Amino acid sequence: RPMLSATRPQPQRVFSGTPGGQKPAKMPAVSKGDGMRGLAVFISDIRNCKSKEAEIKRINKELANIRSKFKGDKALDGYSKKKYVCKLLFIFLLGHDIDFGHMEAVNLLSSNKYTEKQIGYLFISVLVNSNSELIRLINNAIKNDLSSRNPTFMCLALHCIANVGSREMAEAFASEIPRILVAGDTMDSVKQSAALCLLRLYKTSPDLVLMGEWTSRVVHLLNDQHMGVVTAAISLITCLSQKNPDEFKTCVSLAVSRLSRIVSSASTDLQDYTYYFVPAPWLSCKLLRLLQCYPPPEDGAVKGRLVECLETILNKAQEPPKSKKVQHSNAKNAILFEAISLIIHYDSEPNLLVRACNQLGQFLQHRETNLRYLALESMCTLASSEFSHEAVKTHIETVINALKTERDVSVRQRAADLLYAMCDRSNAKQIVAEMLSYLETADYSIREEMVLKVAILAEKYAVDYSWYVDTILNLIRIAGDYVSEEVWYRVIQIVINRDDVQGYAAKTVFEALQAPACHENMVKVGGYILGEFGNLIAVVTVLFCHLAPCSSTFSQRPRRLSKRCCAMSWLVHLQQTVHNSDQYYVQTSEVVSPVPQATVLEEMPPFPERESSILAKLKKKKGPGAVSVTELEDGKREGGELNGGGERGPETASTPSPSADLLGIRSVAPVGASLSSAGSLLVDVFSEAGPAAPSAAVNDDGFLRFVCKNNGVLFENQLLQIGIKSEYRQNLGRMYLFYGNKTSVQFASFTTTVSCPGELQSHILCRPQLNVQSKPVEPLVEGGAQIQQVLNIECITDFSEAPLLNIKFRYGGALQNLTLKLPVTINKFFQPTEMASQDFFQRWKQLSQPQQEAQKIFKASHGMDTEVIKAKLLGLGMALLDNVDPNPENYVCAGVIQTKGQQVGCLLRLEPNAQAQMYRLTLRCSKDLVSRRLCELLAQQF
Amino acid sequence: FVWIRFILIQNRAGKTRLAKWYMQFDDDEKQKLIEEVHAVVTVRDAKHTNFVEFRNFKIIYRRYAGLYFCICVDVTDNNLAYLEAIHNFVEVLNEYFHNVCELDLVFNFYKVYTVVDEMFLAGEIRETSQTKVLKQLLMLQSLE
Repeated sequence: RPMLSATRPQPQRVFSGTPGGQKPAKMPAVSKGDGMRGLAVFISDIRNCKSKEAEIKRINKELANIRSKFKGDKALDGYSKKKYVCKLLFIFLLGHDIDFGHMEAVNLLSSNKYTEKQIGYLFISVLVNSNSELIRLINNAIKNDLSSRNPTFMCLALHCIANVGSREMAEAFASEIPRILVAGDTMDSVKQSAALCLLRLYKTSPDLVLMGEWTSRVVHLLNDQHMGVVTAAISLITCLSQKNPDEFKTCVSLAVSRLSRIVSSASTDLQDYTYYFVPAPWLSCKLLRLLQCYPPPEDGAVKGRLVECLETILNKAQEPPKSKKVQHSNAKNAILFEAISLIIHYDSEPNLLVRACNQLGQFLQHRETNLRYLALESMCTLASSEFSHEAVKTHIETVINALKTERDVSVRQRAADLLYAMCDRSNAKQIVAEMLSYLETADYSIREEMVLKVAILAEKYAVDYSWYVDTILNLIRIAGDYVSEEVWYRVIQIVINRDDVQGYAAKTVFEALQAPACHENMVKVGGYILGEFGNLIAVVTVLFCHLAPCSSTFSQRPRRLSKRCCAMSWLVHLQQTVHNSDQYYVQTSEVVSPVPQATVLEEMPPFPERESSILAKLKKKKGPGAVSVTELEDGKREGGELNGGGERGPETASTPSPSADLLGIRSVAPVGASLSSAGSLLVDVFSEAGPAAPSAAVNDDGFLRFVCKNNGVLFENQLLQIGIKSEYRQNLGRMYLFYGNKTSVQFASFTTTVSCPGELQSHILCRPQLNVQSKPVEPLVEGGAQIQQVLNIECITDFSEAPLLNIKFRYGGALQNLTLKLPVTINKFFQPTEMASQDFFQRWKQLSQPQQEAQKIFKASHGMDTEVIKAKLLGLGMALLDNVDPNPENYVCAGVIQTKGQQVGCLLRLEPNAQAQMYRLTLRCSKDLVSRRLCELLAQQF
Repeated sequence: FVWIRFILIQNRAGKTRLAKWYMQFDDDEKQKLIEEVHAVVTVRDAKHTNFVEFRNFKIIYRRYAGLYFCICVDVTDNNLAYLEAIHNFVEVLNEYFHNVCELDLVFNFYKVYTVVDEMFLAGEIRETSQTKVLKQLLMLQSLE
């Protein structure tokens, strides 16, 4: 049955006119003279096998036959070789292992018949083999074909390189292909293949592809007469532009003029490249995408021309369709969506942004599900632009309706995303209410995220606290299982810091707890709030009846909470044993002896408030950048100081010392645990790194060994040993330096100074990047003695240069002078960020400005043991994410660098190539210098 | 980088009719991907979108009779452009095999690879003109 005739009813009606059904069932046509009859018979046999066993039997018979042919004395002719190699390929594609035939396939490469060569190349491409002798032969054959001047053979060879893309091939051909690409006499089809072949090599081995002198000629391929050449070349140019935007920036004006010519052409002008009356849809999309690598053109004329193109595209969307076929509208809309992406990328043309929004608004009610989905998705990004935020908001009713009625869960998910994105103070109550009501029936797969969204919106846009408390309690009531610790923990944090809401909160939870069944999370929140503020409603609690089934989980709560809850369960215990009464409400004073009562009812001190833990969770989920820190702070302001506990009284406002911080409430986060366990692992990993180097002008050998660890010996010579221990939390650090006198003689006039490089040159009004404070040490160090010095470190903003430690002392009569780089590196201020793979890649894409990325390819210098690499990455301070990279060999990490002024989100990807003993390290950070610095530091660690 | 990670043609029963990989995967991983894609795509009905999130990527797919044509791309990539790229490819197959059916793809699997390479290379769209592709394919057909 021809597959194009009976298809999905709508889009494929195009084909219903095609005649079909006349073909023989088993051996279809096409095979004219070129067909391999033996192959067709074999395939038929396999298809006729009644069982798996029969199939395996037939295959083994064939394998034996082929093996004997290959081993036989009689030399096989090209045709037979081709046929057998093709059969082997078919067997492999059925899922069976093939361990021979490679040599015969390689032989086919040097045939001068196209069909034989093609099968040879196909076999090589599908069954890539790392046998070095074979690779040499393959490369040889490719080389011959590339220089054959036969365009068909050249294309076969180029396709093989593009499909295999190995480093060996890059080494052999990376310099040859650019020449083919730009040579004047190269055929168009060969140019197309050469451009994409080069792209593949650049992706696998960017260090080997040196464009240099070719750059300008490659960019000018955008002007090529042949649209196919432009289509292929533009992919290469886009990729190269992302990496070297400056070198390729001339592509902007060329791309604009090409786009302009296409957009303004009539629907039939481009002939072969018109698809369902749409001129060159794919090329237009690629051009618009290339432009998204750059800021808006500076040249007024170019910019004017581009704006004109974008307007034309928007206008065309309003024109009546030239065809009723879905292919027509899809092709047209592919361009439209890409144009809208570019408009959003520029985010500077209010007029275009609003027009885009209106266009998408029309799609929100289109009968095509695809269009509704894409409009919701695209509008989400429009909502974040100040120019179009208001325009997006006008569609709120449609979006709410989509959330309620769409059949496809992924469409509903987009609707929820859009509601979240368009939410502000004016519509927060409506949106939160709609989301809450949707939650009652929401798909399980998206409940947790919905809960988080509601919690964040409620907090961010709360105008009165009672609304906030009600919302969160509703959330727990409706979807208690999906309310994570961060969410209910946060409501407690807020209630504790605002005395004006405490009474209301206590009353509300008290009422909520009287329901016949309460979610465990409700009991937890109730337990805490009534524990604190139950005195405000004069009764302790009805909590007791709910407490027993939940009490086991209380022991896992953070310290303060669990203490409180222990007290509670203890109360319950007392109630059950001592006060054997059916009285429902129990006055504590009746039950408890004076001393424990005091403990129970003593109010906890307010939480030191630093950051909303929900936002931390969302940041974790979404990765750095999704909800930016500024957004969080905006939210605080808008939210009527809902989070404003920080300024409440001296006890919360006091800046804790780093060590106090270590014991703070943030012990909820797994940071401490992961770091310390990594630390102990690292002791072994790094002990092989060799002894410290002797004294030098500025000694930084020791320095590099501490990038991924915090403790160890920084420096050692015959006289002196310096050990360090350090700990970091947020943007603060504390470093303990241990100076050991290895001699039996006293060191005199022992002084140490810490300086930050460049501080003398920097403007006095500039704040330092790093603030390091230390107390002077004792001037005398006895023989064999060790003295200690503590440094307090504060990271003000991101930095590259490490502070220097200068040590001077007299040993015997001689003055010793030593300067060391202190191992304070930017990564010490990392907080690990867990996130799901989808979020990771979304973040990754968002950090796509060329300067946000730093990449290094380097040789492994320490072996490539997985556990060692993992330990080092953990020591780096980022979260090591499992199941994120599709290639399990790769490592990806995420973290946020905490400085005083801001947070810098960082993503890391380390791709080992065990065969080549190489790594490729890529960092993307929301601040460009940070990527570079981290990349430099890390490239020396593996 | 944004590029096609793989192209799959599968039938409803999950038999693979073409698998073209543009990213390094080992054989086990490929098998897993094939099974996952089949599981994700076949449960969707005609009213659903032609796009489905898949691991860190998305699948743009379209069903023709009993065959699913699937392209796996980056989440930020242009859905409709790939959806029509699939259709463009199918129309070429239809012309080339004179009303293509599933069996054509089985018996001529080695030719399907040639068609793919003409239209997609290194995970990018290489040529979109049906006329140009078919002319080239006919020329190759005439060679021995």
